Amino acid sequence: MTKGLLALKNGDTGKVKSIQAGRTATKRLYEMGFNTGAPVKIIKNDSGPVIVYLNGCKVALGRGLAEKIILDI
Amino acid sequence: MSSGTIALVGNPNSGKTTFFNALTGSNQYVGNWPGVTVEKKEGSFTYRGKEYHVVDLPGTYSLGAFSEDEIVARDYILTGNPDVIINVIDASNVERNLYLTTQLLEMGKRVVIALNMVDEAKRRDIEFDIQGLSKRLNLPVVPTIASKEKGIEDIIKVAIQVMEKKPPVKSPLKYNEVIEHHINHMEEVLKGENLPYPLRWTALKIIEGDREVIKKLNKSILNQKAINYIKDFFKYHSSGDFELEIIDARYAFAHSIVDGTINRPEEDVITITDKIDKIFTNKYLGVPIFAIIMLIVFQLTFALGQDTLGGVVAYLVEGLGSLIESFLLGINAPGWLIAFMIEGVINGVGTVIEFVPIITVLYLLLGFLEDSGYMARAAYVWDDLMRKLGLQGKAFISMIIGFGCNVPGIMSARTLDNKKDKMITILINPFMSCGAKLPIYSVFIAAFFPNHGGLILFSLYTFGIIVGLILAKIYSKTLFKGESSYFIMELPPYRIPTIKNVLRNMWDNVYGFIKRAGTTIFVVITLLWVLAVLPASAQPYGEFSILGRIGAFLAPIFKLAGFGTWQESVALFAGIPAKEAVIGTLGMLYASEYVEEGALLVNAIRQHFTSLTTLSYMAMTLLYTPCVATLGIIKKETNSYKWMIYMALSSFVIGWIVAVLIFQIGSLLGFS
Repeated sequence: MTKGLLALKNGDTGKVKSIQAGRTATKRLYEMGFNTGAPVKIIKNDSGPVIVYLNGCKVALGRGLAEKIILDI
Repeated sequence: MSSGTIALVGNPNSGKTTFFNALTGSNQYVGNWPGVTVEKKEGSFTYRGKEYHVVDLPGTYSLGAFSEDEIVARDYILTGNPDVIINVIDASNVERNLYLTTQLLEMGKRVVIALNMVDEAKRRDIEFDIQGLSKRLNLPVVPTIASKEKGIEDIIKVAIQVMEKKPPVKSPLKYNEVIEHHINHMEEVLKGENLPYPLRWTALKIIEGDREVIKKLNKSILNQKAINYIKDFFKYHSSGDFELEIIDARYAFAHSIVDGTINRPEEDVITITDKIDKIFTNKYLGVPIFAIIMLIVFQLTFALGQDTLGGVVAYLVEGLGSLIESFLLGINAPGWLIAFMIEGVINGVGTVIEFVPIITVLYLLLGFLEDSGYMARAAYVWDDLMRKLGLQGKAFISMIIGFGCNVPGIMSARTLDNKKDKMITILINPFMSCGAKLPIYSVFIAAFFPNHGGLILFSLYTFGIIVGLILAKIYSKTLFKGESSYFIMELPPYRIPTIKNVLRNMWDNVYGFIKRAGTTIFVVITLLWVLAVLPASAQPYGEFSILGRIGAFLAPIFKLAGFGTWQESVALFAGIPAKEAVIGTLGMLYASEYVEEGALLVNAIRQHFTSLTTLSYMAMTLLYTPCVATLGIIKKETNSYKWMIYMALSSFVIGWIVAVLIFQIGSLLGFS
């Protein structure tokens, strides 16, 4: 099953399937480790940017951007 | 004579700055890369009697052409020919850091790896097989803890060995058949060309669709056949087709390196950082906590810098003044020289120097904040509000850096990749009150609000932020419409700042302040002094001196704001070359009326101002035309004189309006 990152709750995990943002943003996300198959864990998703765990590193993502990251659950 | 050059390359937050400080100690200097305003840090160290040169490249996640930082780093690695690269890697996050490593290898460079902050990784129960890592990468890997200066000597030894003996390692990374096929063909076509970069790397970059590289190649050296081949290539493949596949392949390679050599616990260990973040990034508490932290910063700045240490330097400057005076009298120096030294230099430049303690404390605290990892959280908690105002959270970091000095604040807008964000961030930065304005506030606060120093400072800085944010909103609705760029930011673990880093940062800034006092401010004060004592027929520092007449001509502008005397007007204009000169000028011009004992300038200010005009004058100095250095950087970063002039004039008008409003409304309400 796939879901946009924004639809996940705190503690949920998933793997990056695809990113549907513009070319620069997509590339940047890939380069920061949101590449295909990367495991992501949601730390905080309430208001403001979403915070996720990615490879043992905390990354904050604007909500608009988080919405465009599609995860395999 | 340097025996070799070492370049430091690494991700942001990999501890590279600490590493650089540990490596070079105090032998370092900061400049700019040619043509761009990206900071260039260089230094040196001596090992076994030989001197080695170290270049610290900007911290980046990649070496593409994403930002100016990346281009600078890439160009230096490819064309600056460092003898060896130390790739600083965060031990808690090896996989992502190796993404950068793969690119270094593809560039065909000699690389050694510093596996940094291994202590932090161990606290998170991460286990390493260092030999295994080294074997798989075919590179030396040395564990280090730069903050404790552990492993530094080991890595120096290894780096020098590699530099002297080994040829660069060939990149072990192979792409899938299709991409390799394209690379090989591209290599065939480019072979024999006089390429500025290594062959395979160039071929790969073209296939990645790297616009920078393609532009450079088109401009110079390719023969028509090769140009046509590249054109045809992009007829069949749109630029960027292979980009993501290539990134995936590099990550797959990185994964194959760490798989089995680095053991992470199943469940990530809950660290202190996680616990602190629960509170600091909380949706209700985040912004109030930020405000409390800033309030503490300004309270401490004033309490330590002014109340506790402030008197010491003032005492020294006065002592030095009397010494110089008696010395000059002793050698029968001419009267004008004595007047110049005492009334000009000591009362002018010396007054500025008296504020070294408060500046020192401010930079100490800002450096501490910057090093602690809190800045990323500040950006995080402000993102929501900033977005409503047409900006994004990262812009907030530029604003806080502006508290120290607007020049680096404006330069840091480079990390924003969207033109609109960048322009607005630049244009509002001068309203962030900087360290050079601190002396002005300090004097006025000491004169009228001595018991509320920290609070008034905090309010002034907050007021600057508010004005900046209002303007951001206006600009985003008018001059720069469109979407704000996306927000993506790593939240590094909180770290206790190393004393060395904080002191280093503080010293660089304080030194800059002292240097300005000795150069720009000295020149301004000298000029003003000459104008203040001429013509000889007029009373020195009087309203009939040349300066007095200029001031009297300007003064009516400020009548409505309540401070329309000629001295106060002249001081404002004197502050445009450097803000500290406002206080230097007042110090010189009021000198003739100094009361006999005690805090001299403060007493003079009490006679010339009221608490209400103090407020309007401080608001004016907070907001009006930025200093020359800031205007210069605005020109450089926006690449336009138009914006520079716009900034100079608009801020003057804004400052004037606010000062007038404060004075007029205050008067109506019966304040004085």
